[in-house]
Amino acid sequence: MFGEIIKGLGTTLKHLFMPPVTIQYPEQKRPVRTRFKGRHELKRYDNGLERCIGCSLCAAACPADAIFVEASENTDEARYSPGERYASTYEINMLRCIFCGYCEDACPTQAIVLEHNYELSFYDRASAIYTKEMLIVDVPVNGRATPQVVEPGVFTRSIPDMENPK
Amino acid sequence: MSDLITLTIDGTAVSVPKGTLVVDAAKKIGNDIPVFCYHPKLEPVGMCRMCLVEIGLPVRDRATGELVLNADGTPQVNFGRTLQTGCTIVVSEGMVVRTNTQPVDEARESVIEFLLSSHPLDCPICDKGGECPLQNLTMAHGAGTTQMDYSLKLKMDKHVPLGELIYLDRERCIQCARCIRFQEEIVDDPVIRFHNRGRSLEIVTLSDPGFDSYWSGNTTDICPVGALTTSDFRFGARPWELIPVASISVHSPAGANLTFSTRREAKSGGRSVIKRVLPRQNENVNEIWIHDRDRFVHQFADAPDRLQKPLIRKNGQLVEAGWEEAIELVAHKLNGLGEKAAGLSGDRLSNEDLFLFQKFLRQGVKTPHLDLGNRTIMGGDVTAKVGISSGSNLGELGQGDAIVVVASDLHEEEPIWWLRVKQAAQRGATLVILSARPTRLDKFASHTIYYRPGEAVATTRQLLNAAKIAVETAEPDPIKTAADALINAQNLVAFYGAEGLTLAETDTIARLLGNLLLVKGEQPHAGRKNNGLIAVWPHNNTQGAWDMGIHPAFGPGYKALDIPGKDAAAIYAGVQSGEISALYVAGTDPIGDGLLADRGKLDFLVVQELFLTETAKLADVVLPAQSWAERDGTFTSGERRVQRYYPAIPPVGESREDWRILAQIGEKLGLGKTPFAASLVFKEVATAVPAYKGMDYRSLARVEEQWPIIGRSDLYYGGTAYDNKHGLGQQWAAAAEAAAVESFDTADTPTNQPDGIRLIRAAALFTPGTLINHAEVLAERLAKPTLWVNEADASHLQVADGYVVNVAVNGRAVPAIVQMNGKLLKGTAVLRGVPYFPGVVQLEVIGNR
Ligand code: SF4
Ligand code: SF4
Ligand code: SF4
Ligand code: FES
Repeated sequence: MFGEIIKGLGTTLKHLFMPPVTIQYPEQKRPVRTRFKGRHELKRYDNGLERCIGCSLCAAACPADAIFVEASENTDEARYSPGERYASTYEINMLRCIFCGYCEDACPTQAIVLEHNYELSFYDRASAIYTKEMLIVDVPVNGRATPQVVEPGVFTRSIPDMENPK
Repeated sequence: MSDLITLTIDGTAVSVPKGTLVVDAAKKIGNDIPVFCYHPKLEPVGMCRMCLVEIGLPVRDRATGELVLNADGTPQVNFGRTLQTGCTIVVSEGMVVRTNTQPVDEARESVIEFLLSSHPLDCPICDKGGECPLQNLTMAHGAGTTQMDYSLKLKMDKHVPLGELIYLDRERCIQCARCIRFQEEIVDDPVIRFHNRGRSLEIVTLSDPGFDSYWSGNTTDICPVGALTTSDFRFGARPWELIPVASISVHSPAGANLTFSTRREAKSGGRSVIKRVLPRQNENVNEIWIHDRDRFVHQFADAPDRLQKPLIRKNGQLVEAGWEEAIELVAHKLNGLGEKAAGLSGDRLSNEDLFLFQKFLRQGVKTPHLDLGNRTIMGGDVTAKVGISSGSNLGELGQGDAIVVVASDLHEEEPIWWLRVKQAAQRGATLVILSARPTRLDKFASHTIYYRPGEAVATTRQLLNAAKIAVETAEPDPIKTAADALINAQNLVAFYGAEGLTLAETDTIARLLGNLLLVKGEQPHAGRKNNGLIAVWPHNNTQGAWDMGIHPAFGPGYKALDIPGKDAAAIYAGVQSGEISALYVAGTDPIGDGLLADRGKLDFLVVQELFLTETAKLADVVLPAQSWAERDGTFTSGERRVQRYYPAIPPVGESREDWRILAQIGEKLGLGKTPFAASLVFKEVATAVPAYKGMDYRSLARVEEQWPIIGRSDLYYGGTAYDNKHGLGQQWAAAAEAAAVESFDTADTPTNQPDGIRLIRAAALFTPGTLINHAEVLAERLAKPTLWVNEADASHLQVADGYVVNVAVNGRAVPAIVQMNGKLLKGTAVLRGVPYFPGVVQLEVIGNR
């Protein structure tokens, strides 16, 4: 019996000198895996145009009914995305989202991507709704902010050209 | 039955009427042969080859004509060497059709592959995506792979406005010509057509303004891809996000059945709004077509200037107030006024509203003075007796039947009726037109009789007299031949309008035509199915207003009143003389319409409206009402079909239903508790109006199977019009159906036949008005004030095309643009796109440029 107590204390002692597993969050953050599914981001093309074309397919695919999209028409004087249609309203309710990634799968332009940010907390329900402004990434270095004034007849297609199947 | 043909489709025997096409026969037994270019309402053309099937015919012995039998006794069937198009082949006895064999599958795969070879596949942004025949049939019959090189896909314009209402995406068009054929065959407006050939083929518009047709929106319904889209809905929402709500047109006197597609929107502050309007199938009314006013006028419902709260005049200003206060005030002011008060309503209101309106005034305020504020045509009491009989369908008229149209331009006043009459004439019905000027319908008429403005009554009387006498006239008299054709017809339908007529004249014409329907003594046309009188009312519920007793001389159900009240004209006079001290106006705008100059000597004016109209601006109390899109109710169409509409969007602001407002004020005047729902008001209507007996909201919601099948999973077949799940409505029986009615008394009416050039007003579909002015997309189509004159008269007046002149009408100067119209009779001038004025006036042009 005595021996067992010693053995138990030994285990305790051993752990006392092992490196700790806890980290000092939020000062310290553990990196996530590449395929981790965190908060969504709405991506842009290199020229700054938004990838999202407001097609609502993500909203249709979402099993939790977390996404709301409203589209409007682009013009060459005020262009948000290539083609005729862009998302004038884009909202995700983070309290509903189950981070399944179906939206990402459904998107024809790879506009919505579940990225690595997992720090989602809110004081009330309304602030759990992320708007387009909160979701969209910054304009890339050589790009221009949207809406852009562009030359007519250049950005006529919403969806990048398909490639022949290999 | 000898005219049934029996054939076998995939082993199932089916009997269909002679002349049926293979695709339709298959559809009847639920076998969906895919089609693109075929449409059940259009002539088949066999352009797309999607409907290829194997068709076999029984072999007959050449010598004997007998069927050749197989060893087992079944008839031998000879299948052609190639597949055949099921949309162009008419069924024949003993035919065998195979739709599920390998060659058929392969053919379908190839057709789809071919159609997609240059299709952009931009379904994610396409307005049709989700309800697209090409998408659905590709999923059902496509191979899923292609031999085509993607880099060879043609790139064409994706943004081609064919006018400001319809946009074309050239890449998406599969060249089925449904749109072009619809415009030509169905509505006789060939304003679009194919241009170039092969891969450079495109759809172009030939008219200025582009796609100038009242029916343009229908092409977007039947286009099997997203090549044609409407400007009000472009990128508005995805079809699966929309909630369809059944409704009825408020403008259309034929009572077109509509569907509102609604969606909650962030753009509209989280309100549900109407995103688009599509037809709802009712083969007895509008089939699957609606005209562009019904399709695009919906934007008024969410116009920012809708009234939100009751307004009360305090210190000369209209200020917002609570309902309690407003109701209290109105009840207090009207209480005990009796005959010093009067009421005017519009025919935009529902039966429920109108019934409570008259009850409120007659029993609550105790005044007999009430009328429609802007009555333009009489005869509701005549249609109640000899109106088109219950169970009638204009779509059944054809060979051997006759239609007469008097003083109405149906194409402008009710395009749906124009279409139905035109189609009846094309099926062989005799069409007689009595008009002061040529109209779009004349082309289909067998007899056209033009009279000079002011002679409508006399001409109709001649027609009636000619119909009565059997004697042969020496010379062929056009009126006599027309009358004979009418009277000898199997079925007879008579339309009358109010073009160039005074109120009294319309009344006489209604009676004359009523008598025409009664000519045949023992077996008159009146009272039989597919026979009777139709008044071309200005709104859908004008007949309903008659039925509900919005008339100085009739109570609900045409009960004649002991002491008739004042009619609208007398009420307007009373307002000026001070005889009337309080006026209740609901859904009409007498000051805006120019019927009343100002408040006159009124002490108290209440207006119940959607917008702050000219009348409302002068009111003491303005009560915000809900539009019909926001609530339940019923309208009675010009064919006396009572139809139900449903709430599509939430009420704007604090607005209330018209009937509820009236009942709540009535409650204070001792009329009993406010009914809980519109259906209960309708119950009261059904008790008070004998003809409505037995109707309730449930019976009005009844539906039955209709042909062609529309808007179910088989969008490819009939287009995106909606299946009718919410009621075909009920036509109430005219008096002549139950018992013989006496012929009508047709006293002569004084008519104005001025010297010089006689001017009448012509209606235009897009005449500016309270609701239509709020529809942004129609802004450019609104009818501009135009004066049509004949060349000879123009030179006499010293005006020419494009001159801007002022025309004197009843003391007002109406500016208009001169347009030469060679088809007008000399001495006749027409003013179009201007507010209503009755009868004929002498053309007087003040100043010209
Ligand atoms: S991750 Fe899944 S639940 Fe979350 S928004 Fe996307 S589809 Fe919806
Ligand atoms: S994120 Fe992608 S799927 Fe969602 S609306 Fe935008 S383009 Fe469509
Ligand atoms: S626009 Fe539509 S309906 Fe017209 S031809 Fe092209 S695919 Fe057919
Ligand atoms: S060829 Fe038959 S549907 Fe087009």
